[in-house]
Amino acid sequence: MTVMSYLGAIGAAQKEAMLADDRVVIIGEDVEANVYGTTGGAGKSRASEGDFLQQFGRNRIRNTPISEEVIVGAAVGAAMTGLRPIVDLSYSSFLYMAMDQFVNQAAKNRYMFGGQASVPVVFRSAMFYGLSTGAHHSDRPYPMFMNVPGLKIVTPAYPSDAKGLLRTAVDSDDPVLIFEACVLWGSKEEVDENEYKIPFGVGRSVRTGTDATVIAVSGAVPEAVAAADTLAKEGISVEVFDPRTLVPLDVEGILTAAAKTGRVVVADPAHRTCGAAAEISALVSEHVFDSLRAPVRRITTPDIQIPFSPALEKQLYPNRIAIADAVRASLGVIAPDAAGANGAAGNGGRGGSVATPGADREELATGSAR
Amino acid sequence: MLRIRRFDERASKMVKRGQIPGTVHTSIGQEAQVVGACMALGDSDYMSGNHRSHGHPIGKGAPLGPLMAELVGKSGGVCGGKGGSLHLADFAVGSLGESGIVGSSIPIAVGAGLSSKVLDNGRVSLAFFGDGAANQGCLYEGMNISGVWKLPVIFLCENNQYALSTPAHTVTSGVIADRAAGFGMPGVRVENGQDVLAVFDAVATAVQRARAGEGPSLVEVVTYRFNEHSEGLKLGVDYRDTDEKADWLAKDPIVLFRAVLIERGVATAEEMDALEADVLREVDEAFAFTNDSPYPDPSVAFDDLYTDSKFAVHTWNDQSTFGTLENVR
Repeated sequence: MTVMSYLGAIGAAQKEAMLADDRVVIIGEDVEANVYGTTGGAGKSRASEGDFLQQFGRNRIRNTPISEEVIVGAAVGAAMTGLRPIVDLSYSSFLYMAMDQFVNQAAKNRYMFGGQASVPVVFRSAMFYGLSTGAHHSDRPYPMFMNVPGLKIVTPAYPSDAKGLLRTAVDSDDPVLIFEACVLWGSKEEVDENEYKIPFGVGRSVRTGTDATVIAVSGAVPEAVAAADTLAKEGISVEVFDPRTLVPLDVEGILTAAAKTGRVVVADPAHRTCGAAAEISALVSEHVFDSLRAPVRRITTPDIQIPFSPALEKQLYPNRIAIADAVRASLGVIAPDAAGANGAAGNGGRGGSVATPGADREELATGSAR
Repeated sequence: MLRIRRFDERASKMVKRGQIPGTVHTSIGQEAQVVGACMALGDSDYMSGNHRSHGHPIGKGAPLGPLMAELVGKSGGVCGGKGGSLHLADFAVGSLGESGIVGSSIPIAVGAGLSSKVLDNGRVSLAFFGDGAANQGCLYEGMNISGVWKLPVIFLCENNQYALSTPAHTVTSGVIADRAAGFGMPGVRVENGQDVLAVFDAVATAVQRARAGEGPSLVEVVTYRFNEHSEGLKLGVDYRDTDEKADWLAKDPIVLFRAVLIERGVATAEEMDALEADVLREVDEAFAFTNDSPYPDPSVAFDDLYTDSKFAVHTWNDQSTFGTLENVR
């Protein structure tokens, strides 16, 4: 085992996949220069030993023009004819430029050609939310791709998952979209440096508990764990479950975790309407309703675009405060230090997870916009 | 060319008789352009097509029976009834499939060219698209990346001069073939696209260049469709001039090439008649194959979405999917 960052784990998985199979190629903008840190030796610069370009050459490390539509479509065509491409699309918001190729080609070709085609291609992209990158770079678009049958959707929250799931993705004969959260890039974990693969459709029980269950996705997972830590000090025991892949979804794992406590909060950094949290909540209500002891609560990003100012942006995503509040509301208890001001019921009618301003907020609030 | 013509004529009849659901676009009148291009390709070369695309797999040598059965949605169809007229594909002959979205299959052919290059297998890839698709951005992204990477790709514009009812010259600035220059590749315009040999020559040159590792080419072929945009479509406006239609009908590629073959002593009129009879018989056999093929079992609607069928799909309303979940409660 060795300590790896989330980004380093992705680089390690890519290197493993490149070494394991000559048909694996990496395609994307700025992959030669290792701008995003996943095509360098140990996530370092070109000069460092084991740099991907030095090791694998320009035939397999392919820098592209800024042309998402053909990058995605060509990767699909290449996958249909013998390659196993990994496509680095850098920002998740850039996927929109290639919607036709994702929806009409990647997702449909195997089906509409009656199984003649397999499309073994991996599309990686990062969600830069929470970093003041503005509305054009802060999207968390996985739910809209969950709505496209034929794609597999992966949202790793930990370095070990990022490595093992990416290796499985490269093995998949179906198109896989991996959404990596930038807020997780720096997180570190003990990771097996040897080859291993994590199956799709099997969630991770991050923490066990008996009073309430938080089902959390991507960047909301460590926030849910932090909320669980806080709640433990109040004597509330919280189960945290991360589905890890959204398609296929570990329905049984989710329902088991939900039914175990009967009090369910779903935390998901994507938009609320028709989101991953909506789907998970619906499944819980549909299948284990008689185990529920309180309504399922959703903590998501509200249905608004992402503003630039950190004062505006920071409050929008599911965080440990909002998640803890939702758990307390589910249990009908009030936070010890809340004094009622922030409302244990959390979001009221706002339709989102507008978080209670925290202590760090005060540092930013000089010359408050309010 | 005859196989395409008779196949499409039969398909047109079948539409009128209500035997084919959905929409059908025939390439009657454009056969020289289809066949000239396909003949320049080798058996293992790739191609991708568009919505007017029955002819492309036929030109590449695909058997007619499974193609016709696909038009009807039968289980013996080349896609098992999942694709239909708009999505014929026969991977056995290198036909990587057709796209109902104008221009959308161009990047697929670029990708096939990329795999050929990386795997160094000597295969060439050809993208068929119409004059309408010539104004889609993906064509230019595809031409650019193919030029940069010197991919063995041929961009073949079937300019039949109308995007449904819209004349190409009213929506397309300049000459399509000239656009190749902007990407540093050759662009040729075959003015007489009804001459199968002229098309063959132009595409063969492009294929030679691709195989030599010199990269992509754009070939624009000027042609004409004799039927309406799609079978059964009745537009209230006459967007095509009567004289223009008559001029092009007089340039039927099949009639023209028959004359060339007889004139050059390649075949006698009797031999050509016999060939025509053979093709008609082949189409009849395809029709019989189609008739004999059963409709697919409804359960196969859930096959082929993923390579592992268990992933299709938890949202289906069949509660038995959740049989094991009784243990959860």
